[in-house]
Amino acid sequence: MTPVGAIVAKELRSYFVSPIVYVVGAVFLLIFGVLSYLAVVNAGAQAVRLMQIQGAAAQLNLNDLVFRPTFYSIAIILLLILPLLTMRLFAEERKLRTFELLMTSPIGINEMVVGKFLGAYAIFLGLLGLSGIVPVILSFYSSFDWNPVLTGYLGLALLGALFLATGVLASALTENQIVAAFLSFGLLILVWLLGGVGSVLGDTPLGNILSYLSFIEHYDRFVRGLVDTKDLVYYSSGMLLMLFLAHRVVESQRWK
Amino acid sequence: MIDAQNITKRYGDHTAIERVTFKADKGEVLAFLGPNGAGKTTTMRILTCFMPATEGQARVAGYDCFEQPLEVKRRIGYLPETPPVYQELTVAEYLTFTGRLKGMGRADLPRAMDRTIERLSLGDVRHRLIANLSRGYKQRVGLAQALLHDPPVLILDEPTVGLDPKQIIEIRELIKSLAGSHTVILSTHILLEATAVCQRVVIISGGRIAAVDTPERLSARLRQSEKISVTVKAPPSDLADRFRSLPGVLSVFEPTDSGAFLLECELGRDLRDDVARLIVTQGWGLLELKAVSMTLEDVFLRLTQHEEGMPDTGAVEAGSGQEASTA
Repeated sequence: MTPVGAIVAKELRSYFVSPIVYVVGAVFLLIFGVLSYLAVVNAGAQAVRLMQIQGAAAQLNLNDLVFRPTFYSIAIILLLILPLLTMRLFAEERKLRTFELLMTSPIGINEMVVGKFLGAYAIFLGLLGLSGIVPVILSFYSSFDWNPVLTGYLGLALLGALFLATGVLASALTENQIVAAFLSFGLLILVWLLGGVGSVLGDTPLGNILSYLSFIEHYDRFVRGLVDTKDLVYYSSGMLLMLFLAHRVVESQRWK
Repeated sequence: MIDAQNITKRYGDHTAIERVTFKADKGEVLAFLGPNGAGKTTTMRILTCFMPATEGQARVAGYDCFEQPLEVKRRIGYLPETPPVYQELTVAEYLTFTGRLKGMGRADLPRAMDRTIERLSLGDVRHRLIANLSRGYKQRVGLAQALLHDPPVLILDEPTVGLDPKQIIEIRELIKSLAGSHTVILSTHILLEATAVCQRVVIISGGRIAAVDTPERLSARLRQSEKISVTVKAPPSDLADRFRSLPGVLSVFEPTDSGAFLLECELGRDLRDDVARLIVTQGWGLLELKAVSMTLEDVFLRLTQHEEGMPDTGAVEAGSGQEASTA
């Protein structure tokens, strides 16, 4: 087994021993369920209203009425819960002095950062997979277009990767887990708000750059069912940048 | 095997170690001896490539710690000051993880684990969570991690801290058994430990190397006089001068007014007889009389306090305490 594999296995083990995964998982799935339920009830109410107006069974688009609002809300929920998954990754190692073991083992910092990221990412993908039960159940009772749902999930998977990579960076910066969690909230919300600042500035060069940097616009296209190379590049380069910065931070700690 | 040349580490304006130079040959057991904050841990962290030196060069097994850290790390087993254990893993899981980190494959890992668990008598706790183990067991698990891949160089930062006396003896025996085939550097502030397991002692104080030698030679080198400790029940006011007038007495030291004296005499002369006769014939009441041998503890205190001449009361007490415990 490669060192990366060893770290991923150890991280998974640590996650499942600690209550964090269970709490984060339960809260995520509960919120996902409640949000979808509310969206479905809302869609039902609209259907009744349309029937009263048109007098016939209305053709409702579930993709627009159920999935799109749910995906938007879930993005915000991820922003709030994913930092809790990543906060311990490096902070705990430093606090408990196990960092010295990692740093004196014959593995590179790359392998450390990637291993820890993949461990957290595996947990996140597992949760995302479990949430897939909602569209599966809905597909029994209604018909909708699966493609925008799948691209929406792809968008969530990419968004989550960026959030987790940011969390890895925040965790590398401090040995206090709460500070690490808050730092990643702060960073993520800041980048999120850049989009708002960008639209205030309008069609100016700075406005365009800021709008491009915000992850919400890129995510929006996935939710609408569009897979654009530009957005794939945005997420993967953002994730790599965060992991690279985390690598530099971990490396720099040797020099302090 | 280990070659440190003028290594210096500075944190901003603070100099943790300065121009530390020493060598350790293959199979040698070397002890770093020094008070807390002397720079033992810093030196070890540089040798294990945990952090780079500000100046100087350190080589382990022929590889430079700065240029080829991975090669160095492959050949080192390191036990840091705090055992680097994960509370949420069992002993077996932890050793599997560290073994994989050190690049051990499925073929050799199980055998190495069995051997190490046997060696450190961890068999009973093999499947218990590390969080539930006592301090002594955690320390041994940390040591197991360092020994697991059978590295040629072992760097152990205070390996016997937190162990009970029986375990301390076991670990010392273990370290002695490693001598010859492995190069071991251990740090300690327990002098007995340094004399018990090491062939050479490096005394570090204030970030500098104060002395490097065998334990026997170190204490011989600093022994320039014989010392006698005397306690008198009713000393006259001029007793110190009377002692001084005895032939062979170099100096007299009176730490307190309680009637206890420390006499420094010429090397090779035992004046206990003369001192006793003087006190008894005058009827001052001889309460205690004994020769104080210069233990490694005294050497250590002298070197680390940068004091020449008379040892202070601390050294005297430490010396007599040592004698009482070995008697």
